[in-house]
Amino acid sequence: MEAVAKDISVATDAFGGNKIEATNVQVYYGDAHAIKDVSVKISERSVTSFIGPSGCGKSTFLRCINRMNDTIDGCRVDGTITLDNEDIYDKRVDPVQLRARVGMVFQKPNPFPKSIYDNVAYGPRIHGMVRGKDETDELVQSSLKRAGLWEEVKDRLLEPGTGLSGGQQQRLCIARAIATRPEVLLMDEPCSALDPIATAIIEELIDELRENFTICIVTHSMQQAARVSQKTAFFHLGKLIEEGPTEEIFTNPRDKKTQDYITGRIG
Amino acid sequence: MNAGLLALLVVVIAAAGFILGRRRSLAIVDGEIIRLHSLPGYYGQSVFLFAAAPALLVMLVWMLAQPAIIDSRVSALIPIESIEEGSSLGLIMSDVRRIADGLDIVVAQGRLSEDQVQNMRADLTDVRDRLADVGVALGSNVKQAVFVAAKEYRQLTGFARLAMSVVVLVLALAGAVFAYAKISPDYRARNVSETAIKSLLILSSTVAILTTVGIVLSLVFETVEFFRLYPAQDFFLSAVWNPQFRGGSDLGILPLLWGTLFVSFIALAFAVPIGMMAAIYLAEYATPAVRSVVKPAIEVLAGIPTIVYGLFALITVGPLLRDYLAQPLGLGSSSSSVLTAGLVMGIMLIPFVSSLSDDVINAVPQAMRDGSYGLGATRSETVRQVILPAALPGIVGAILLAASRAIGETMIVVMGAGAAAKLSLNPFEAMTTITVKIVSQLTGDTEFASPETLVAFALGLSLFIVTLGLNIIALYVVRKYREQYE
Amino acid sequence: MSADAATTISLLKPDSRTRRRNAAEARFRSYGIAAIVISVFALVFLLSSVLTNGLSAFTQTFLVMDVTLDAAVLDKSGNRDIEEMKKVTTIGYGTFLQKAVIAELEAKGISTEGVSAAEVGGLLSKEASGQLRDKVLADPGLLGKTIRFETYATGRVDGYFKGRVTMESAALDKNTSPEQLELADRMRAAGLLTVSFNPGFLFGPDASELRPESAGLGIAILGSAYMMILVLVMALPIGVAASIYLEEFAARNRFTDIIEVNIANLAAVPSIVFGILGLALFINFVGLPQSTPVVGALVLTLMTLPTIIIATRASLKSVPPSIREAALGVGASKMQTVFHHVLPLAMPGILTGTIIGMAQALGETAPLLLIGMVAFVRDYPAAPPEGFFDPAAALPVQVYNWTQRADPAFVERASGAIIVLLVFLLIMNIIAIVLRRRFERRW
Repeated sequence: MEAVAKDISVATDAFGGNKIEATNVQVYYGDAHAIKDVSVKISERSVTSFIGPSGCGKSTFLRCINRMNDTIDGCRVDGTITLDNEDIYDKRVDPVQLRARVGMVFQKPNPFPKSIYDNVAYGPRIHGMVRGKDETDELVQSSLKRAGLWEEVKDRLLEPGTGLSGGQQQRLCIARAIATRPEVLLMDEPCSALDPIATAIIEELIDELRENFTICIVTHSMQQAARVSQKTAFFHLGKLIEEGPTEEIFTNPRDKKTQDYITGRIG
Repeated sequence: MNAGLLALLVVVIAAAGFILGRRRSLAIVDGEIIRLHSLPGYYGQSVFLFAAAPALLVMLVWMLAQPAIIDSRVSALIPIESIEEGSSLGLIMSDVRRIADGLDIVVAQGRLSEDQVQNMRADLTDVRDRLADVGVALGSNVKQAVFVAAKEYRQLTGFARLAMSVVVLVLALAGAVFAYAKISPDYRARNVSETAIKSLLILSSTVAILTTVGIVLSLVFETVEFFRLYPAQDFFLSAVWNPQFRGGSDLGILPLLWGTLFVSFIALAFAVPIGMMAAIYLAEYATPAVRSVVKPAIEVLAGIPTIVYGLFALITVGPLLRDYLAQPLGLGSSSSSVLTAGLVMGIMLIPFVSSLSDDVINAVPQAMRDGSYGLGATRSETVRQVILPAALPGIVGAILLAASRAIGETMIVVMGAGAAAKLSLNPFEAMTTITVKIVSQLTGDTEFASPETLVAFALGLSLFIVTLGLNIIALYVVRKYREQYE
Repeated sequence: MSADAATTISLLKPDSRTRRRNAAEARFRSYGIAAIVISVFALVFLLSSVLTNGLSAFTQTFLVMDVTLDAAVLDKSGNRDIEEMKKVTTIGYGTFLQKAVIAELEAKGISTEGVSAAEVGGLLSKEASGQLRDKVLADPGLLGKTIRFETYATGRVDGYFKGRVTMESAALDKNTSPEQLELADRMRAAGLLTVSFNPGFLFGPDASELRPESAGLGIAILGSAYMMILVLVMALPIGVAASIYLEEFAARNRFTDIIEVNIANLAAVPSIVFGILGLALFINFVGLPQSTPVVGALVLTLMTLPTIIIATRASLKSVPPSIREAALGVGASKMQTVFHHVLPLAMPGILTGTIIGMAQALGETAPLLLIGMVAFVRDYPAAPPEGFFDPAAALPVQVYNWTQRADPAFVERASGAIIVLLVFLLIMNIIAIVLRRRFERRW
């Protein structure tokens, strides 16, 4: 395992600095050992996708990165995960502050039952990032623009977010997440509830967002991983089997399990 | 023949029909059940149904209608002028019934023969003494007109009873014979019996409607009667409640309404924040261990009868508030007060509010919480800014239901709020509510047809309309809210 | 944005805004804890108040002494003729008992200084003379013999031993005096007065305003039991039948919509309105006798039905459709499917709901007040079915009745009655929980 990890870190250097470094991460749900000894480095301003069969722990690991697992009763995380070389599981770290810097987009679009405007303004308001209406307006507009939703909703900002279509809702959630100006964006199967056209739009968006954000995306679809990510990590039964540049993983996997998975023999 | 025995006889006939019907169905196919359309038991059942159902139904209707018909015939025999001051036809009719019952006993015990009773005259014999001998006590001596009415009543009742027995028994037998004759291998006995059972099921489900109709009718009839005796605008607009035994009462609903709303307001002001915070804490913060202890404990509060809360208000909370708050502050010296009733009612409503809030809070999808936490919101920010707004319609519904509960609550206010109708802002004073007055006007000794008694029905109708309105709105709001997340 | 790294501050040092937000968080949390504490405190306070006030109602002060039934006083003609003996009234027995107590005190060497003869007699319950008279009339053979006679001490003495009556309050009370209470102390020391468990509280009939010591719950418990039997017999079949129709057969149309709305609303109609219905419909219109279990049960049945229907429907709904399909698939009719398969599987849930509905009915007071159950009833109702039509009391109404009386001894008894009521409710709820635990199936 050690040897492999070192090997990988050499390979990742090609993508600039490491934003996130996870070392020997273990996650337990009560007695169940959900994540076993995962070490991975995630490089800045790139898209890293986590793939693997259902229940392999890829979502759980993603939720460790902004400590969303803290909200689940009986979940325990060991090991260290650093963000810009600061351990996010340090006692002094407030998960609330961390999550402002590590945003998250969920599997099913989950806009709040508020107006589109309030949905986007929610994060900046609770974190005190905006003062006054002008500043908020500006931030809402820029976030919606970045999420590629501005043109579609600019005339109905005060209508409820739940009235949008599925794909629009998901882009609203992305706008909501980037409104707090995070450095990292975690996406948990963001397209699994969407139709192919909406999916394509989101994928395009992810590619654009890469310029400014470090993105981790969990996906079921290997095509999607191949299309949007520069790096891929393959999880199986709670273990990180292999990671590396996406091209390498898909064309020349080192591990037999990876090969079996991408060729559809396990899943 | 008495009703119980008659019903038993009908059932016996029907049961015999069941056995015979079953046997006949087997006999006509020589025991080869497969040739029958239905199992033999169903043939038995169909005979049973035809024998019992019409007969019992007729009997029920007869028994409900008979007293009204006989009463109207008999009361015609009582001359209006024989009704004394302070008495009423109703009182005389109840005397008539008691005399008739007494005469029945006299005859049954063999003290007098049927003929002797027929020839007895109230102005010649001391009927009161005769009846006292057999244990029927009468308030005054019996007048001849009343006695004649009583004898007529006896005769009519006796005749009606006999007629009913004959009609019912004939119906039962005819039904049994009819169904028995119809038995053949092609006869769809199961369908017949199932149709009958299904009508029974439908009939049962209409009980809810009948109850509502019964409530509305009984309230409306007596209320109309009340407004005939007492002007409606005085009832709704007068600020004085002062019933008198001898008439000339002031019966304004406003002081009672004020007391009701004041008590309910205090109760809700206490129960809603506590109940909601408790629900929020249990749903969002508490560890499973805490939840498993506290939740049942709060639910226990919901299972405690209101009389217990009433007693608690009367012997504990009332004196406590009086001795430690009202008297030191110089605000009152009564242990029953609006605050006493309001606080205790508030305690009663805590579990109600908290379990309803718990339901609506849990109905908010987890995804909503995740979305908020994912943006870096704290739990309280999530609760206040995402969960509560999302759950708002449901919570409003819960509060409306709680308000309807508070307004209709009786025992706590009867024992804790006092009996004085007042329009005051001081919560340490005793005031009274609509429900308290319903109880006191209907449990007193006043005559039933007086406005002082009938006002209770007008109060009841007002209460019913208000609570019904609140319930309908609340149920509608809650249902809409549920649909939003389903 | 993330691009301007200068704005990025270390995670390890929470900024002031985060500290403020966390303080708000802690405050909010403490409100929640406060709400829980208040709720639980209210429960504990309520129960402990009832228990401390009511537990003493189960014991009572008794006077036990040997009485020689003097034939010369109690049967003046001496021929043991019952009709003749009836001429000695309870007053006669009262003076006889009074003398007997004084004699007993003298025999035991207990000083009666400062206490008049009438006051010595006043230590006994007013019930005592009647008790003795009934005893003698039932068995005239006792005359001339010495029997062990046990009777209640007056409520004031009982209250004194339980701490309700003090020397100070006795000095102001025209019904008792401090000297009397001192004598009671001496009698207790001599074993003449004892405080012990009082079965009469549970089984005896109610007593008048002046005799709190002999007031019992017997008729109330019996009346409540009669009502519960009738409620079960009426509400369970009707409730189950209605639920089966609505859940298994009814098409969704206007008619069933009306029924649904009705059931939901009836569940929230104030109980007192049902009382008015009972008074107007069952008593005034149908002409059923007031204050009887049958009327009470009819009213409570109508009140309980929505609870039972809601529970039953939930229970029927939880039986998976596959069971119905399996039965229909082998050619069973819809009716057979429901009665042979669905209903038995739903039974535990139905019974649990029924018991909970009956527990509610058992504690219901307001409607029973309106149908005349406040009346003072001293005769036990007969055995069912006639007894259903005899006047009776009900447990919660008895509590209310006692709270309306002037003597504070009745407050103790009301609290004691509440304990009895709560014990019954507890038993019913435990049965419901056990049923649910043992038979509930998870599909």
